[in-house]
Amino acid sequence: MAERTRPIVAVWKFASCDGCQLSLLDCEDELLAVAGAVDIAYFAEASSTLRPGPYDVSLVEGSVTTEHDAERIRMVRAASKRLITIGACATAGGIQSLRNFADVKDYVAAVYASPEYIRTLETSTPISAHVPVDFELRGCPINKHQLLEVISALLAGRKPQIPNESVCVSCKQRGTSCVMVAHGTPCLGPVTHAGCGAICPAYGRGCYGCYGPAEAANTASLAGAWTALGADRRTLHRAFRTFNAAAEPFRQESEAHAEPHHPG
Amino acid sequence: MPEPRTQPSVLLGARVLLPRPALQDLIDALAACGFEVIGPRARDGAIVYDRLRRIEELPAGWTDRQDGGTYGLERRSDAALFGYAVGPHSWKQFLHPPQERLWRARRREDGFAIEPEPAPPSRLAFIGVRACELHAIAIQDRVFMGGAHKDTGYEARRRGAFVVAVNCGTAGGTCFCASMETGPRAEAGFDLALTELIGGTRHDFLMEAGSEAGAALLAGLPTRPAGAADIAAAEAVVARTAASMGRTMDTVGLKSLLQDHPEHPRWDEVASRCLACANCTMVCPTCFCTTVTDHTDLAGQEAERVRHWDSCFTADFSYIHGGSVRSSTKSRYRQWMTHKLAHWIDQFGTSGCVGCGRCITWCPVGIDITAEAAAIRADPAAHGTKRGTSHGNP
Ligand code: SF4
Ligand code: SF4
Ligand code: SF4
Ligand code: SF4
Repeated sequence: MAERTRPIVAVWKFASCDGCQLSLLDCEDELLAVAGAVDIAYFAEASSTLRPGPYDVSLVEGSVTTEHDAERIRMVRAASKRLITIGACATAGGIQSLRNFADVKDYVAAVYASPEYIRTLETSTPISAHVPVDFELRGCPINKHQLLEVISALLAGRKPQIPNESVCVSCKQRGTSCVMVAHGTPCLGPVTHAGCGAICPAYGRGCYGCYGPAEAANTASLAGAWTALGADRRTLHRAFRTFNAAAEPFRQESEAHAEPHHPG
Repeated sequence: MPEPRTQPSVLLGARVLLPRPALQDLIDALAACGFEVIGPRARDGAIVYDRLRRIEELPAGWTDRQDGGTYGLERRSDAALFGYAVGPHSWKQFLHPPQERLWRARRREDGFAIEPEPAPPSRLAFIGVRACELHAIAIQDRVFMGGAHKDTGYEARRRGAFVVAVNCGTAGGTCFCASMETGPRAEAGFDLALTELIGGTRHDFLMEAGSEAGAALLAGLPTRPAGAADIAAAEAVVARTAASMGRTMDTVGLKSLLQDHPEHPRWDEVASRCLACANCTMVCPTCFCTTVTDHTDLAGQEAERVRHWDSCFTADFSYIHGGSVRSSTKSRYRQWMTHKLAHWIDQFGTSGCVGCGRCITWCPVGIDITAEAAAIRADPAAHGTKRGTSHGNP
């Protein structure tokens, strides 16, 4: 059989915590197979080799929070045949999108000794707000098995098998008794995209929404059920305002439970 | 099979008494025959189905409190072993598992070789199958084994299974098997059926053999003959359960009622509450839909095809070239409910609902199929009859 040419892959970091890139390095058993199957030209987290493009595939972690990064993602896109975003930062703006609901200058003044040196945008935005994206892999952090599935699919020229269903489907498939129904524990699973394997309910916790809104997320109805279980406005506001705060259904729902005098 | 300990041997359909401790002998006899025994266990605040070795593992003295979107375990005043209704699990997860690899393929010099999946390693014995669940299994038998193209994996698991039914002694808050004529008495489809007789110092099971295999197994257990009073007591248990159903469903004309009202305003109303989370289809013991995914490894040497439970509540379920047929939650809920209660009859000759109540209890927002049907029946004149976009998506 003819040897498959190894696609040239680059891994990029934008505003993020590196957790998703670490998921790739965490693929200990499969890392050699990944290294054998692809030619990694750029992966600052793992190696000092930084080869110029073009690249067959770019994996992009992180959101866009500076003018410089807004420019850099356009360069990455121009140099890449396929661009895949990984993680909540790259697909939804990440936890740093909390700035979208406030005045970023206040944060800068509170955090930095010399705020005048900080150049930053008013918002944290997903990669797809700047350039076309070929595939978005959700999660905070991403699931390494899903990442391997996406890479394997790319190599084989097939569709990645990443189900677009709610966390509840994974929860039921692993046989967990629903924490919302059986324990009265509020859970974001019904409106959250699957991908983690429903880990939190398996440990008796409600889902935190790490994978962002599921397709057809009816957040208002779920918020009503949370209220019936005793969740107050502040709890609801905070539940929808985490790693995927800027994703549209979660943004709307958190705003619906904001302090009356605080439009954020 | 162990040596028979009592004589005469039990006949098909005859009723005998098994004292509570001898239920362990039943489990042991099944294990000795090579069965993996599965039964109810209390775990994480619910009664689930799992591996069973000792009768001490059964949820003695527990019952459940169920309503729309809520479930809780409570103590009973007695030590009944089967004093609760059905929980979040069903036997579907064993006969039609949530994930099943169908085959693997390996690349070779001259192409590739397909490796079919080996047959399931163990035979399963189910203890505590309720009447509604027997009907659900019979419905899935029609789906998977009824046509020209049989599901070989399902068939192997099903043919190998040994079924010990329980006549329900307690109706759950969301049960409506009496309306669906699927319970609470186990009529057919079991190897053995038991009715728990408890009260005072008494704790026995009235046993009935429903198959030759069941009769043979029962013959080896330390039973004693049942008297007319025992049989009457068992009848009373089932009658009491039938009279205490938590829900009812009026099935008269239900099929045409639903099929004739695809645009009833109630579909919009329920869609405003429905999360499209798919819990109802996952817990439903008759829902059978799956999707198939193909996977390849990084080196491009191996591939596999896996089948997973799917649900008509996802957009991808109805994805065809260019988009989803059912883009709205309204069309998805309508698909689910009309399939269960109406189109199923056209497709398989029976209702797809056995009245187990799981979809009501395990819906996080407590959407109730009996209440939805009643709402449409209460106001059938509301607009949205056959004309226009009949059975219309999206
Ligand atoms: S525990 Fe959460 S994720 Fe699991 S079924 Fe219940 S609501 Fe869904
Ligand atoms: S539709 Fe609901 S009540 Fe009917 S069989 Fe399915 S889960 Fe049970
Ligand atoms: S109700 Fe939906 S998931 Fe269930 S069998 Fe019908 S189409 Fe399939
Ligand atoms: S009816 Fe309930 S369980 Fe079913 S999809 Fe809607 S919200 Fe989920």
